[in-house]
Amino acid sequence: MTLIPFPNKKIGKKIVEFNINNEIVELAIKPNDLLLDVIRYKLNLTGTKRGCDMGTCGCCTVLIDDKPVLSCLTLAMQVQNKKIKTIESLQENENMHPVQECFHTEGGSQCGFCTPGFIMTSFALLKENNNPTREEVKEAISGNMCRCTGYIKIVDSIKKASEKIRGKESK
Amino acid sequence: MSHTVGKKTPLVDGAQKVTGRAVYIDDIVLPGKVMLIGKILRSPFAHAKIKKIDYSQAKKLKGVFAVATAKDSENRFGVLPITKDETAFAIDKVTFIGDQIAAVAATDEETAIRALDLIKVEYEELPPILKPEKSLAPISHPDQKIQPWSKYEGNIFKTVNQSFGDVEKALKESAVVKNGKFSFNGVTHAFTEPMGVIANYGSDKKLTMWSSTQVPHYLHRALSEVMEMPMHRIKVIRPYVGGGFGGKSDPFPHEMAAAILSKKTGKPVKILFDRDEVFISNHGRHPTKTEMQMSATKDGEFTSLEIDALIDGGAWGSFGVITTYYNGVLSLGPYKIKNFNYNGNRVYTNKPASGAMRGHGAVNSRFAVETLIDEIAEDIGFDPCDLRIQNAYEPNSITANGFRITSCGIKECIEKVKIASNWDKKFKKMPYGKGIGIGCGFYISGSALPINWERMPQSTVHVKIDFDGGVTVHSLAAEIGQGSDTVLAQCVGEVLKCDMSRIRIYSKNTDTAPIDLGSYSSRVTFMAGLAAKRAAEEIKKQILNAASKIMSSPVENLELRNDQIIELKTKSSISFNEAVREALHDSGALHGKGHYQAPNLNPGLPRVNELRGKESEKGAPMGGSHKGAAAGLSPSYSMGAYVCQLEVDPETGLVNVEKVWAAHDCGKALNPLAVEGQIEGCIHMGLGQALMESFDYNRNTGRIENPNFLDYRCIPPTMMPDVDVFMVESADPEGPFGAKEAGEGPILPILPAVANAIYDAVGVRLRNLPMTPEKIISAIAKKK
Repeated sequence: MTLIPFPNKKIGKKIVEFNINNEIVELAIKPNDLLLDVIRYKLNLTGTKRGCDMGTCGCCTVLIDDKPVLSCLTLAMQVQNKKIKTIESLQENENMHPVQECFHTEGGSQCGFCTPGFIMTSFALLKENNNPTREEVKEAISGNMCRCTGYIKIVDSIKKASEKIRGKESK
Repeated sequence: MSHTVGKKTPLVDGAQKVTGRAVYIDDIVLPGKVMLIGKILRSPFAHAKIKKIDYSQAKKLKGVFAVATAKDSENRFGVLPITKDETAFAIDKVTFIGDQIAAVAATDEETAIRALDLIKVEYEELPPILKPEKSLAPISHPDQKIQPWSKYEGNIFKTVNQSFGDVEKALKESAVVKNGKFSFNGVTHAFTEPMGVIANYGSDKKLTMWSSTQVPHYLHRALSEVMEMPMHRIKVIRPYVGGGFGGKSDPFPHEMAAAILSKKTGKPVKILFDRDEVFISNHGRHPTKTEMQMSATKDGEFTSLEIDALIDGGAWGSFGVITTYYNGVLSLGPYKIKNFNYNGNRVYTNKPASGAMRGHGAVNSRFAVETLIDEIAEDIGFDPCDLRIQNAYEPNSITANGFRITSCGIKECIEKVKIASNWDKKFKKMPYGKGIGIGCGFYISGSALPINWERMPQSTVHVKIDFDGGVTVHSLAAEIGQGSDTVLAQCVGEVLKCDMSRIRIYSKNTDTAPIDLGSYSSRVTFMAGLAAKRAAEEIKKQILNAASKIMSSPVENLELRNDQIIELKTKSSISFNEAVREALHDSGALHGKGHYQAPNLNPGLPRVNELRGKESEKGAPMGGSHKGAAAGLSPSYSMGAYVCQLEVDPETGLVNVEKVWAAHDCGKALNPLAVEGQIEGCIHMGLGQALMESFDYNRNTGRIENPNFLDYRCIPPTMMPDVDVFMVESADPEGPFGAKEAGEGPILPILPAVANAIYDAVGVRLRNLPMTPEKIISAIAKKK
């Protein structure tokens, strides 16, 4: 995280309160603390990954108020009273969320490092549109980078997840 | 009937990944909040003498625990034992921008960065040598020598001259001769997880290292040499690895730095790369200039091939000796070419080292071969697919340089994609701007000769069964996302016919894993897969013997099937667990070991008798007896053929790849889900090199101009074509259940297929990669 060190003087911390994975937390935050670092190193939610620190890989994608956001480009100060969702919160019972399950069964995850970011992006997409075309899926994930799959099986996974979600909804 | 192999199998470690629970290097937290953060001071100059390093101020900074420099270790290391030219820190001079000069361990990253700023280094700048041509020239002053130990003239790292048959004679008998000068910019792996390492030198004087690596074994060896510690006091742990593609297959200086800092401080030290540091460390595909000439008779028989390659190695050797050979010899299949000259030079330059990257050494030459073939086809009026089929090897052939080709499905690959793409209706028949092209590939399934020439198996696997009926598989084959853990589980499951949920893979820890050379050169499925299969077969015998006692029936009448042991005559059965328990009563533990050592190396090879295992397998001896005969020698070769259909906008030069038909002969697809994933991933990476990826250096300073994903562009999801994958199964006689590699070979055909399709679309041949829109419109303009 090449953080640029602040000038060597006392920096005031501020208490920031937010909801993360349905838990309210209050943390003392420095003005230059990145949301990604707070999530990973202060809250130990290490499922959110750090790949580039400049918003180019999407590995750090989390949801803020249901919208996918790059946590490496977000200052922790900005999330006061917001609702954050990370990969750790998707599974709500003994079964994985359909998006997770399909990334697993359809080969959408190889090395797995980009996977949490893709899943968060896909989760948000399918909330908005539960029957996207392949082109819509590609468009939605174009802020996330994967070097293993060539994206084909990622699109397959999201399409399959959308089927499952629609099936559940129609029941 | 197949039990596990051949079935679409989600990765055995996949659930951890999709839930965010998989632990990668940066996710490791050691208890007690004692972990220090290490940061590296890197050279701002491509070539300079280090006159003085003063870190007294840095050491005084509150929160700094140690500063390390070359004074702490001057021991050389490198992945190839014959070319160890790396050290933990630059000694006396720096050889590229980014070279490690010092490292700091501090309580937190911010303090470490401040400390780096306080280290004062005095340099005496030397003119950087950046053009590989310049490295060929003799040196006039010792300062010009980038790596002083090299025995070659100038800044040459390795020269290979090979000649087979009689090219001159062949040329006289040829009706067509095609040649060209090709150039290839460097490209890099661009895996998503930056490298990282944690070293923990304990008060028990033992060193534990966690590292994002493809080669725990080579790291283990290098640490032993650099730290001057016996291997048994070092443990290497590979956490989940976020991609490698060859970029994590060397032992690295930052790993040494972490170990040194941990020893100095007595505390665990973590070093995590920023993205630009990943680019600076590179080890990607070599920038290469290749001159190639190929000839054929008017009847379409390939007669000769000549290659002259100038390979830009950057400042270190890495896998470079192998790269130098591969640029030549891996062009000797899948076509019958009996007359061959190769002159290859890999040179040192003042840039970050090039190294092994997916399709190592083969990609660039393959591009040239496959485009020249298309030119030959055009000249003599042959269809490019038919010409390739006509020249393709049959199974059980020997190449001009003595490679032993066993299984060989190249013709089937070409036929498959030709038919599926509706080639005959499209080639040369589509409107201007639309084109279709073919390219083929040929790659090794692991190297027959191990890097370290010693009598040690290349892979060993232990399989254990305990009272819980769980099957544990112990291996050091590095799971890096390619699915090696899954394929080992499948190999064991197939032998034991047990439920996959019984099988647990332990492949992370050198303390508990037997030797395996690691995940590179497409060796794991073949070599570790065979070792796993053999280990399981040992256990199977013990289970059947126990079942035989319980069922009072000879072993010949028993068969493992679906988690049971069946008596074939009476159709009675017992459960897997029953048999296991019985076997354990006799022995206390069920343990099977299996190994793989490449068989039948040609006795003419130097020192080969020392290397020969006891094991003797069927098949002709591998390899010739000439110098370098072992380079590219593999127990089996994969092949492939792709057809690519695309559209070129002649106004903008933009290429839209619409569809790829990809056939790859992987012997047997043990896990079709993973094989497809490898092929699709290869197409993504290959399209990147073909169309946009380029490692750009400043011509004067040697600085990387694009060390981030904004400026180093990879193919985005919206540019990926549809892909139809065809897995051709030629049933390799020696591979596990007939399998051979599928991880690297599938990158080869796509690049030339694109170039050949561009020619079909707009009539221009591009010889410089990447084929950017600028190059395409300028070529179109020139043609007009």
